[in-house]
Amino acid sequence: MLGEGILKGLAETAKNFAGSFVSAERLTTVEYPEERIAPIEAARVFPFLVYDVENRDGGGPEWEAGMRCVACQICEKECPPKCIYIEKSRDKKLDYLGKAQYYPARFDIDISVCMSCQICVEVCPFEAIKMDTEFELATDDRFGGLLLDREQLAKPNEYYHKIHPTEAAKVDAHLAAEKAKADAKAKAAADAAAAKALAPSAGGAD
Amino acid sequence: MIGTMDQVFVLLQHWLTDFLPAAWQGAARVVLSVVVIVCLFPALFALTTVFERKGLGRIQNRIGPNRTGWLGILQPVADGIKSLTKEDIVPLSADAAVHFLAPLVLVVAVFMGFAVLPMGRKMVLVEMDAGLLFFFAMGASTELSVFMAGWSSRNKYSLLGAMRAVAQMISYEVPLLMSSVAVVMITGSLSLTRIVEAQDHYTWGFPHWYIFTPWGFAGFVMYAIAATAETNRSPFDLPEGESELVAGYHTEYSGFKFALFFLGEYLAMFSISGLGTTLFLGGWSAPFSWLGWIPSWIWFFSKLMLSIFVFIWLRGTLPRLRQDQLMNFAWKFVLPMTLLNLMVAALWRFLGEGWERWVICSAILVLAYLVMGWSGMRGGHFGPRRYRYAE
Repeated sequence: MLGEGILKGLAETAKNFAGSFVSAERLTTVEYPEERIAPIEAARVFPFLVYDVENRDGGGPEWEAGMRCVACQICEKECPPKCIYIEKSRDKKLDYLGKAQYYPARFDIDISVCMSCQICVEVCPFEAIKMDTEFELATDDRFGGLLLDREQLAKPNEYYHKIHPTEAAKVDAHLAAEKAKADAKAKAAADAAAAKALAPSAGGAD
Repeated sequence: MIGTMDQVFVLLQHWLTDFLPAAWQGAARVVLSVVVIVCLFPALFALTTVFERKGLGRIQNRIGPNRTGWLGILQPVADGIKSLTKEDIVPLSADAAVHFLAPLVLVVAVFMGFAVLPMGRKMVLVEMDAGLLFFFAMGASTELSVFMAGWSSRNKYSLLGAMRAVAQMISYEVPLLMSSVAVVMITGSLSLTRIVEAQDHYTWGFPHWYIFTPWGFAGFVMYAIAATAETNRSPFDLPEGESELVAGYHTEYSGFKFALFFLGEYLAMFSISGLGTTLFLGGWSAPFSWLGWIPSWIWFFSKLMLSIFVFIWLRGTLPRLRQDQLMNFAWKFVLPMTLLNLMVAALWRFLGEGWERWVICSAILVLAYLVMGWSGMRGGHFGPRRYRYAE
């Protein structure tokens, strides 16, 4: 019948109109600045640099001393929009494995250029760069304010655990395994060296 | 006391003008009423914009504006300040004089319609014998301003929007008038005050509004359809269809001129709802005789706001029509139905007071509705468009 569909439609919208006042399920709006939804683990916005509080070497503040980044510049080369700029240091510092490594004297990410593709995270062999979930980055200075230097980028491993717990646990396990392997290797090498050191003395005793 | 509340604005008007010399009093009263109308309806417009946005939001399960002031009630103030401070752009190739005049003509013509609307007992600005005719004459001149706007902008979207608007408004002007003619036939008067008075009596507490008669109900439905089209409201908002024409005839308007168009559109909605209320819903009369103690102007404005709510509800429900559907609907369905309704009204008048006229008139209208609806749907007039290509 003519007009039947219109009546059905009117009933549907009336149901919505009345329902949105009584049913919280219908009204899904989250009034953002006052209310927030729980952070989503898989969210990603822009990269940040992880540092470890316990593995510090050299002077300077905590974030500089414990930074995992070794300035290998793979991320800089792989970045599709070329938003990363790294300057390698002249001296070396010990990393968590006790190995002497370079560190970034300068590490800038221009987040006005970054497209949040996560390729830098995927190519990093040192688990040093990860994706952040911070999205309230508005600034009134569109050049300087959006060019983050290494101090702004550095965040502790605890923060990484807070925003991506599952992923961070995996990374920690991986790093611990690497460290155990390196320790075992170092121990074996030390034992071998000790044995070698002992051998000539034994030979000398003869 | 009840009488005082009912006539409070009339008494206030007299109290304010009584100190003037007798010769000036008439003119002063008119000026006072005009000032009140010119202030009241834009204020109502401001409220309606925020209620419309909130209502549409609720229909779509959203909250709607709630940031400016308490529950977003100051939103129209913010909108007003914004439109006042925006740059007023006139295209280089536009006909500047006509471009400037178009919004003014629209608002003035729409305001004129309020002059004959009875907004309460004895609350009408001009007691005109041919009030209905005057109203429609003024309503028809809004088409002029729409076409002025579209033509003078020298923009293809504006022109197309204006063409559509004129075609649509002229097509629906006919059923709009025809559906009101039935009321005139029964009442025997073109005066809107007389029309309301004819409906302001009760049987067993129920009112004699024209909507509660078969021809009145059919007439009201046709009137509502034609009024929606006449005010370019959704689903008949083709003249300003955003997805097709940017903004239709007011594409090239910005700042306060655009605000005037917006105002004119809503004022047209108020005035046409006011007329519909007057013709079919008993104007300022109470819906039950025992509610007669509530002042008449409260009833008029409640009915007005209720019709505005229906407009908003329809906007939240229906998608936009296509041009050919619009025209087919006007000329092949609404117009024949209103013509038939005239016959039915005449029949009603001459069948006497008995129950037979209820049955006969309802049967004719329902049958016609079913047959025309069925044949229209079957014939594909309202269905999907059939394309014919050249061989």
